[in-house]
Amino acid sequence: MAFDRTSLLLLGALIATLVAGPFLPAWFTFLATVALSKALVVLGVMLLMRAGLVSFGQGLYYGIGAYGAGLAANMLGIRDAFLLLALGVAASAVVAAIVSVLLARYRDIFFAMLSLAFSMIFYGLLVRSAALGSTDGFNLPPANFAGWSPVGATGRSAVFMLTAVLAFLAAIGAHRYLKSTLGMIGEAIRTNEIRVEYLGASVRRAIQIKVVLAAALAGAGGVLTALAASHIDPGLAYWTTSGEFVFVALLSGTAHVAAPLIGCMLFELIRTFAVQYAPYTWQMVVGASMLAVIMFLPGGLWSLVRMRLRRTA
Amino acid sequence: MSDGLILETRGVSLSFGAVVAAQDVSVAVRSGEAVGIIGANGAGKTTFVNIVTGYLKPDSGRIFYGGEDITPLSPRDITRRGIRRSFQIPQLFLDLLARENLLIAIAIAEEPSPSPWRPLDTASRRAEADAVSSRMGLEPYRDREVRVLPQGVRKLIDIAMSLTGRPRLLLLDEPTSGISADEKFEIMDRVMNALKETAVTVLFVEHDMEIVERYARRVIAFFDGRVIADGPTAQVLSAADVRRYVVGTEIYRRAGAVGEANAVG
Repeated sequence: MAFDRTSLLLLGALIATLVAGPFLPAWFTFLATVALSKALVVLGVMLLMRAGLVSFGQGLYYGIGAYGAGLAANMLGIRDAFLLLALGVAASAVVAAIVSVLLARYRDIFFAMLSLAFSMIFYGLLVRSAALGSTDGFNLPPANFAGWSPVGATGRSAVFMLTAVLAFLAAIGAHRYLKSTLGMIGEAIRTNEIRVEYLGASVRRAIQIKVVLAAALAGAGGVLTALAASHIDPGLAYWTTSGEFVFVALLSGTAHVAAPLIGCMLFELIRTFAVQYAPYTWQMVVGASMLAVIMFLPGGLWSLVRMRLRRTA
Repeated sequence: MSDGLILETRGVSLSFGAVVAAQDVSVAVRSGEAVGIIGANGAGKTTFVNIVTGYLKPDSGRIFYGGEDITPLSPRDITRRGIRRSFQIPQLFLDLLARENLLIAIAIAEEPSPSPWRPLDTASRRAEADAVSSRMGLEPYRDREVRVLPQGVRKLIDIAMSLTGRPRLLLLDEPTSGISADEKFEIMDRVMNALKETAVTVLFVEHDMEIVERYARRVIAFFDGRVIADGPTAQVLSAADVRRYVVGTEIYRRAGAVGEANAVG
């Protein structure tokens, strides 16, 4: 179980990504860093979806992760990327642990709207707070990596490597979690939570843990986005950002932990090229892509991989 | 539990507005008994099961399990103490395989706080799931998604799940409803044989009097939320009130009774 086929494939993909990293063009390095940072958030959205829960508020934890790291860097003078990451993840997880007490009581649209409400409260606080840069946000100083302070392209490459390692390891961890007793209880909750209780397990506890895990992943994504962009603003917590995570989760499909990684990369590529070649109508291109996926691949892009695997089997 | 009682309800009543679902229900069940619960539709049989398993809370009265007052406990806490139930409409995880349904039931029984890291599918759990499957005749369906399985098989999986975790008291809600006449005895034979191996006390709600006659040594009859008869099967099935409100003439005649058969409406 520790290293089954999925884990080995993900490890192999990680190694290939790390080997290719130094040779990637600068524009792609940044794009891939942002895509993999967001993939962490989408992985969390996927974990929730596997239990039948849709969160339109992951921007809350994404923003808390980014702002947590930004405040630690600017106010406490912490420069170490690993420490910033730990602080951002911890801040998101702690907030999620509190919020989850209420969230775990709701399902369906009520869960979605309540999660959205929390993220919009946070967004409102950010835009009203002059100390946090209000709508403009603030910049982050370059991070170091256990004492090593790369600059320029090397610095960007280092953030990419860190992001890749975390994204792939998180996918392996999520895979392991989904195969665990608690992970499978999540699957069971999706279809019959009354039976879960009648078997002796706590549905609320299972959901609370899921919410915290998803938040921790989103927090990590927020820190890494902040490190890559060197800037933070309230848009990270805005509802359209949360909506984008759900959008990409649907685009990717929820059947496999690799799907968010592939989906996020593809989404960022589509968006980048759409913005470049259709600057005034790029949203239409993205919307049409989503429409095509819903109509022809209701299981998301991952269903293409699954079809391919079935054919070769 | 020194008196051998595993379940006792004392004066349990529950109303939903003007509808009385349970009215001063007092029953006592000893360890090892196989008790049939009968009654017409709306008589309060499933309400009784729901009250005992904590899904419904009585307006008054208490429920004792092994001498402990379990009235205020949640279904989860009651399950943890060893009371398990199956459902009239099988309550399964439709998107998962039959084996995964069983594995989840086994794992939850093993782990009070399920781990987010320990795999669900371990060798020991798989062996237990396979053993339960084979006792219930579910081997051909183990690796199939529950969604595609027929009703009779779903019933068996539902009951098999309630057998995991070594329950001491099992409540089966209409185990043969929705099953063809040809299959009902086969299914009940499988269930009762599996129960013999586990020495569990069983209460089963049943509409089918042939099933009750064959598998219950004691019968509790409900009408209008009240217990109208409680005793050995033949005696209860031939009681006048039971014939009038629950059974009908056919069983009465087969039971060899005489007299009031024509009075049954």
